[in-house]
Amino acid sequence: MAEPFPFTAIVGQSEMKQALLVAAVDPRIGGVLITGDRGTGKSTAVRGLAAILPPLRVVADCPYRCGPGDSPECCPHCSSAATRTLGTGPVPVVDLPLGATEDRVVGALDIEEALVHGRKRFEPGLLARANRGFLYVDEVNLLEDHLVDLLLDVAASGENIVEREGLSVRHPARFVLIGSGNPEEGELRPQLLDRFGLSVEVTSPDDIDLRVEAVKRRESFDRDANAFHATWAREQQRLARRIAAARKRLDAIEVTDMMRRAIAGLCIKLGTDGLRGELTLIRAARALAALEGDTAIAANHLRQAAPLALRHRLRRNPMDEAGSRIRVERALAEAWAA
Amino acid sequence: MSATSTGDDLRAAALAVAPALLAVDPKALGGVLLKGPAGPVRDRFIATLTAALPAGSPVLPVPCHVGPGRLIGEIDTTATLAAGRLIHDPGLFVRAGRGLLVLRSAERLEPSAAALVALALDEPGEGFGIVACDESLADEDGPARCLAERLALHLDLTGLDESAIPATDPAVVAAARDRLARVTIADAAVVRLAAAASALGVRSDRALLHCVRAARILAALARRATVSDADAETAAILVLAPRATRLPQAAADPAEAEDPPPPPPESEADNQSDPPPGDPAAAEDRVLDATVAALPPDLLAALAAGKPPARGRSPAGRSRDTGAASARGRQIGTRAGDPRRGRLDLLASVRSAVPWQRLRGAPPSGARLSLRPPDLRLKRLKNRKGATTIFCVDASGSTALERLAEAKGAVEQILADCYVRRDEVALVAFRGQEATLIVPPTRSLQRARACLQALPGGGGTPLAEGIAAACRLGVDTARRGRTPTLVLITDGRPNIGFGGIAGRDRAAEDATTAAREVAAHHLRALVIDSSARPEPRARALADTMGALYLALPHADSASLHRAVQAGSAALAAGVKP
Repeated sequence: MAEPFPFTAIVGQSEMKQALLVAAVDPRIGGVLITGDRGTGKSTAVRGLAAILPPLRVVADCPYRCGPGDSPECCPHCSSAATRTLGTGPVPVVDLPLGATEDRVVGALDIEEALVHGRKRFEPGLLARANRGFLYVDEVNLLEDHLVDLLLDVAASGENIVEREGLSVRHPARFVLIGSGNPEEGELRPQLLDRFGLSVEVTSPDDIDLRVEAVKRRESFDRDANAFHATWAREQQRLARRIAAARKRLDAIEVTDMMRRAIAGLCIKLGTDGLRGELTLIRAARALAALEGDTAIAANHLRQAAPLALRHRLRRNPMDEAGSRIRVERALAEAWAA
Repeated sequence: MSATSTGDDLRAAALAVAPALLAVDPKALGGVLLKGPAGPVRDRFIATLTAALPAGSPVLPVPCHVGPGRLIGEIDTTATLAAGRLIHDPGLFVRAGRGLLVLRSAERLEPSAAALVALALDEPGEGFGIVACDESLADEDGPARCLAERLALHLDLTGLDESAIPATDPAVVAAARDRLARVTIADAAVVRLAAAASALGVRSDRALLHCVRAARILAALARRATVSDADAETAAILVLAPRATRLPQAAADPAEAEDPPPPPPESEADNQSDPPPGDPAAAEDRVLDATVAALPPDLLAALAAGKPPARGRSPAGRSRDTGAASARGRQIGTRAGDPRRGRLDLLASVRSAVPWQRLRGAPPSGARLSLRPPDLRLKRLKNRKGATTIFCVDASGSTALERLAEAKGAVEQILADCYVRRDEVALVAFRGQEATLIVPPTRSLQRARACLQALPGGGGTPLAEGIAAACRLGVDTARRGRTPTLVLITDGRPNIGFGGIAGRDRAAEDATTAAREVAAHHLRALVIDSSARPEPRARALADTMGALYLALPHADSASLHRAVQAGSAALAAGVKP
């Protein structure tokens, strides 16, 4: 399988790239929703993520990519294996195509085994393949309701439980959900919207030089992918090191009480429902601080993280014509002025 | 009109080269969307394209009900059982190799299949191209947007004959294929194409990339080492023009939107006929001008009226109908489930039981097959989505009584069409202090007539209540899985606000608030201005609502009926105000 377009070579779209990096540094943030026009590099960015993330320590041959820290009973493979040897593997980035069948998503009876050998075996689905990685749903707003229910359930529990066709299987399915879509073509269910930790809006750049640069890079990638990867290798490695370092630093990032109070105030002012907004904002700001090599959350981290974490949690008001981003920024400005 | 004829010529020239262009490298361009009914032109296009591909390239037809397994490969159950060893069907994606998949009725392709095709097109490296035939009518949804976006060429073959597609020399195409890797494009040319894309409101970078690739292939076909201005122009006409969402600043004059769409400015054709050579700024204009001149006439008309069209599946209510499982309609797949809660798919149930037979051992005496409850499969059905036209009629004293009669007449005429089109009609009237649902959504002409008999006239004009009631009904209708279209007939002069409070200013303000609600729900809407002279306030209301605006000062029921039909068709085609 050919290497995807390098993440660092994507022109512009800094907010989207930042959101993805934040989610990569702290997967607990709970996913990224990307809304906006088609052809703006959403899929390219997501598929390019795997190459800049440090490889996972995994149990060799385990289809669920269990890690060294997971208990031996965690999945059907590890609980039946006599010994567990460790290896490394790339972080999975799995596409969940619209209209995928439930069988493909959750896994199903392995027809091959059943037909040829008369044995009952579970064939893992997309959820298993996405474990410890990213699950990407393009046009998530058009996803069928029964798949949305399923995703919500698995995303909340981190576990896929299959009880069907006489199979009884449970395996870990912890992934960062990345969704993209154009809200004008269909609304997202509120429950699913709430699951996404961060949201970004992308638009194609109006700046002609940027568009030209984007096309030129793509052209030279298509012409000679290997040479293109070689050109961007240093940049890719630098980013990979930055992410690895940020992950190590993450838990040590300090959050002062004053900062917590400022965050709470901001959420109250914007009327975001529930505590999830606040928690996500703290996590996102912390991941940003870690990415930037700082030791504590500062005002500038908050200013960058707040639109990402809160934009999709505002109560909808059809009478307010200002975009949600503007509302978040307005509240930020007021919070700082006070 | 010289601009139009030049535009026709440009489009014709671009169309003539399209099969060769695509045949050089189908994968790089994604493919082509062919709009128009099945017929000799389309067959000729596909035949010409096929002839220009390398000998032996597979060209595989794909039916619109194709399932994911057929595309990405699956186990061939029948063959496996017969042979006693595993037999895989590699699926159409593998079998297509570096050839073509021809999607017949691409607009009816299952969303799951369209998504898989889009994914396959994103795959780097070698692969196949797509010919998507779009047979949708004006008021129907087009092919899935994720698919259309990934096909570089969008061609409209409606009304053309076979002579539009000249023969292509396979040797020229093969030579171009060899030469392509060495063809370069100057930075200045890329800048010009990017500028044209931005000026036309083509926001997708993928489209721009496709355009650059097309320009290079065109240069290769013409045995050039570098992309010429003519190549860039043709590429822009083929790739950018059909995607335009606005006219360039200089060419667009929004102030003219009062009348039906103005004809394209004639100056463009004159400009591009004779550019000063070597001047980069002029060359930039030339690419743009040629593209504007070659805009398809209907698109140009919509853009000139300041209405960027939304192509592909239309936004309203779309999220519901992909997943909507209904009790009747066309089968779109199967699901495991309890047959008491749906219709059993016997064949699928047997198929799901087959792999288990060896595990389950011998079936009960006499039976050939051991079938258990988890094997049972239900049909997933999808109903064709009907439209509901919601009339919102001013029945107050300010609207003369005969207008009311004309509205009644138009409702009856539309209902008469309903039987064929499966449309529903509803009517909300507002007068005095409140809005009343006179005709609940119905397809019955008799019932509607009976309701309309009881429609009184006279009193104040509570426009806000009327709009709000129609909006609520519209949202309910969408929830039932139908596509609502609001038709508001008013003179735009309300004097009663929400809650029956009198006062012109307050009433106008409340009407605007209600109109925003309509816009917030993305309801298709049409405002028919019934005042003697076009009323600016009615127009403003239409803008707030995101509605099409029509002034029909002396409408009779027949012209009202025609206006509603044309308006709904335009809205359904994605024309946005």
